[in-house]
Amino acid sequence: MSSTDTQIMITLRIWRGDANGGKFEDYRTPVAEGMVVLDAVHRVQAEQANDMAVRWNCKAGKCGSCSAEINGKPGLMCMTQLTHLPLDEPITIEPMRAFPRVKDLVTDVSWNYRVKKRIKPFKPRKPDASDGTWRMGQADVDRVQEFRKCIECFLCQDVCHVLRDHHLHEEFIGPRFLVHIAALEMHPLDTEDRLPELKEANGIGYCNITKCCTKVCPEHITITDNAIIPLKERVVDEYYDPLTRLWRLVWPKKNPNDV
Amino acid sequence: MAEYETHEHDVLVIGAGGAGLRAAIEASAAGVSVGLVCKSLLGKAHTVMAEGGIAAALANVDERDNWKVHFSDTMRGGQYVNNWRMAQLHAQEAPARVHELEAWGAVFDRTPDGRILQRNFGGHKYPRLAHVGDRTGLELIRTLQDHGIHLGMEVYMECTVVKLLKDGDRIAGAFAYYRDRGRFVIFKAKAVVLATGGIGKAYKITSNSWEYTGDGHTLAYDAGADLQDMEFLQFHPTGMIWPTSVQGILVTEGVRGEGGILVNNKGEQFMYKDIPDLYKNQTAKDPEEGWRYCQGDRNAQRPAELLTRDHVARCIRREVNEGRGSPHGGVFLDISWIKSKIPNAPEHIKRKLPSMYHQFKELGDIDITKEAMEVGPTTHYIMGGVKVDAESQMSRVPGLFACGECAVGINGANRLGGNSLSDLIVFGKRAGEFAAKYAKDKGAPALHNDQVEEAARWTLAPFERAGGTEGPYQIQYDLQNMMQDLVGIVRREDEMLRALEGLGKLRRRAQEAKVAGNREYNPGWHTALDLHNLLTVSEAIARSALVRKESRGGHFRDDFPAKADKFAKVNLVVRKGPDGQMQLEEVPIPEMPEELKQIIKEMG
Ligand SMILES: Cc1cc2nc3c(=O)[nH]c(=O)nc-3n(C[C@H](O)[C@H](O)[C@H](O)COP(=O)(O)OP(=O)(O)OC[C@H]3O[C@@H](n4cnc5c(N)ncnc54)[C@H](O)[C@@H]3O)c2cc1C
Ligand code: SF4
Ligand code: SF4
Ligand code: FES
Repeated sequence: MSSTDTQIMITLRIWRGDANGGKFEDYRTPVAEGMVVLDAVHRVQAEQANDMAVRWNCKAGKCGSCSAEINGKPGLMCMTQLTHLPLDEPITIEPMRAFPRVKDLVTDVSWNYRVKKRIKPFKPRKPDASDGTWRMGQADVDRVQEFRKCIECFLCQDVCHVLRDHHLHEEFIGPRFLVHIAALEMHPLDTEDRLPELKEANGIGYCNITKCCTKVCPEHITITDNAIIPLKERVVDEYYDPLTRLWRLVWPKKNPNDV
Repeated sequence: MAEYETHEHDVLVIGAGGAGLRAAIEASAAGVSVGLVCKSLLGKAHTVMAEGGIAAALANVDERDNWKVHFSDTMRGGQYVNNWRMAQLHAQEAPARVHELEAWGAVFDRTPDGRILQRNFGGHKYPRLAHVGDRTGLELIRTLQDHGIHLGMEVYMECTVVKLLKDGDRIAGAFAYYRDRGRFVIFKAKAVVLATGGIGKAYKITSNSWEYTGDGHTLAYDAGADLQDMEFLQFHPTGMIWPTSVQGILVTEGVRGEGGILVNNKGEQFMYKDIPDLYKNQTAKDPEEGWRYCQGDRNAQRPAELLTRDHVARCIRREVNEGRGSPHGGVFLDISWIKSKIPNAPEHIKRKLPSMYHQFKELGDIDITKEAMEVGPTTHYIMGGVKVDAESQMSRVPGLFACGECAVGINGANRLGGNSLSDLIVFGKRAGEFAAKYAKDKGAPALHNDQVEEAARWTLAPFERAGGTEGPYQIQYDLQNMMQDLVGIVRREDEMLRALEGLGKLRRRAQEAKVAGNREYNPGWHTALDLHNLLTVSEAIARSALVRKESRGGHFRDDFPAKADKFAKVNLVVRKGPDGQMQLEEVPIPEMPEELKQIIKEMG
């Protein structure tokens, strides 16, 4: 099989270092047709730098572990074909910038897990049928399923300027968790109300709809248009529209049919 | 011991895939303190990769389905060497476990009347797999993760357990290191649940990730538990084969469930050439009937493409060996042909198989709505694992439980697709429940300093071997190549004897392997430590496969190509002997109760 593999030499320029600093190192390595960036990184790791740190699991774009910045562009290393990059110059690979560095390509993403824990969990309405099950049409769940495709790669968090440049991690939960809240809020069975936190603790107002997050999402979730803007509208309706406010006083719970 | 970070829990769960998370949820709900340890980040375990679906007889699509049919399908698939009690519990409890996921926020694909939709899969008589497109595993793990984190369990991510600690006979905890800084950590626990998944990294071509190094199998074995059925390994018939760098990555059986056909280079639908007797009256006579089945015709039988995985994998191998393979040494899997049958086929395919579409487009530059895929067998799943009690999931080491892929029982000689995800939630729940109960009943165990110091010494040893000549990666490659060649899909006595000899040599090399760098996030070091696990499970597989002189399910012997009555009645068990050598025992399978025999008879 390998007879059809023609190999060429390329240079990977990989950031090596830890929280205290580091620098780019060049590695020459042979690559064959069909290889992705992660394959080349693994080859360097196995043959030249056994102790180089890199996260990965599925190698098929399903687990969201291998996020990095490739030639300055955030992406999944396992889904970036080398042939789609200019191979006559070095390929730079560096860790995500919005998170603290741990070692080489690995960053500390634990902040994301803490944020999620703060978000109110799913709370279903009473079952629809006597056997304890619910009825939902496919059309009612399409949108939520789009959001639930998220593989938690945190690339959207990485590109969002609010986190990346302004480091407002304390004030803003970032696009990933706005998608998460949207998935909960638009879930046909959910009865929880997350609007008060959205405005306050979660800082949805910081998002100025640049759509950078949508552009990098490997799952092609339309983060801004389908998740963030509708949430923003709900916040506006809830807090700035006197009629809705009155309505909410009478009907404090979210109407399950308004999704 | 004061120098090591120490945590105390009633129940320590090792592994945060579907099984571990479900166990941790159940134990937390029982009100005991729970620690959950995993090698990767939370939510990234192997379960996330599962595609096709969860098997449960919900009878939403075909009301003729019920637990009895599911039970008998599972037993037939396992060629009757399954633990029948586990197969029964699994079939009975899976529907409730799936409904529970919905109550926790999972959003499955729907039937027109608003229930959970179910799809066809190999070996299942009726459409039975609850699914979300082809990303069911993601839905399962995310649902459990998002539910679990609010229940008070403590999660230790990127933390690898290297040894279990004992207090006399009973379990006392675990010794682990954090991957990021390399610091050691000790967990003191009354009960430990292993949920570490499989062993695929012992093979060169596999659908499994770096995590699948047989850790739980080895931890249990070293702690004195029994491993059973280690010869039964599932080679999934359809892995990607081209480009070489993606070799082994899974192509879900869902493709065939949606009407995908297997074709050789002569254009023949070769699966119809050889249909095993056991499945004759459940299989379509011709491709036309098979297609009608996929379209929901209740009078049609399953297409031959949906025969059990062991059989399909061997048929593919035969086509390739006899010169009818595809250009890169596999066969063709074609779903695009359905455009001749239904309108809007490309949209339909993208909707039903989104991640397959994505995967081939991005990794292989192939549009599966227009052209056929090239596929071949890939090491996928181990039926064998830690032997446990069917009800409680406890091993023979008091306080040590196991569930999910690292446990043994429900699958027998071959697992049906979709039966793993349901296994995780059925037996994950049971393991969590009984581990919590055990912890409540028992006092705290004592930790023994000598065990801790020994574990620490062992873990640091690779750094001490200044004289070593090679790093761990080459040894791992050599092991993978050897297992692939000598203990793979088709096995022979002489080859397996060579493998055992080879394993001895590899073990000596592993004991000399040196690592560079320091303890901080050092994959070379991690790989050196994993070698012990890979070598242990490889030896268990080879020894068991050598003794089972017959062919059954995932175990195929070229020198004994038929089933043998003698082996229909036994499971093979390996354990660590007093001298540290691996011992093997043939253990008779308990007689099945009359009522279960009756069910199997009725279901034909
Ligand atoms: C590509 C693919 C598709 C599949 N599709 C399906 C499907 O459609 N339907 C189906 O039923 N089955 C499917 N399977 C099989 C199924 O996904 C697995 O068998 C199942 O997910 C295993 O779950 P688990 O909970 O036992 O282990 P896993 O999900 O693998 O989790 C193992 C956990 O243990 C941890 N761990 C391991 N060793 C250690 C250690 N030493 N210390 C600490 N933690 C450790 C890991 O970090 C991880 O968290 C598929 C498998 C693959 C590979
Ligand atoms: S659209 Fe909003 S969330 Fe997305 S990157 Fe821009 S500011 Fe950030
Ligand atoms: S929304 Fe998209 S980019 Fe953001 S974490 Fe999820 S998958 Fe990644
Ligand atoms: S390794 Fe899983 S997304 Fe890249």
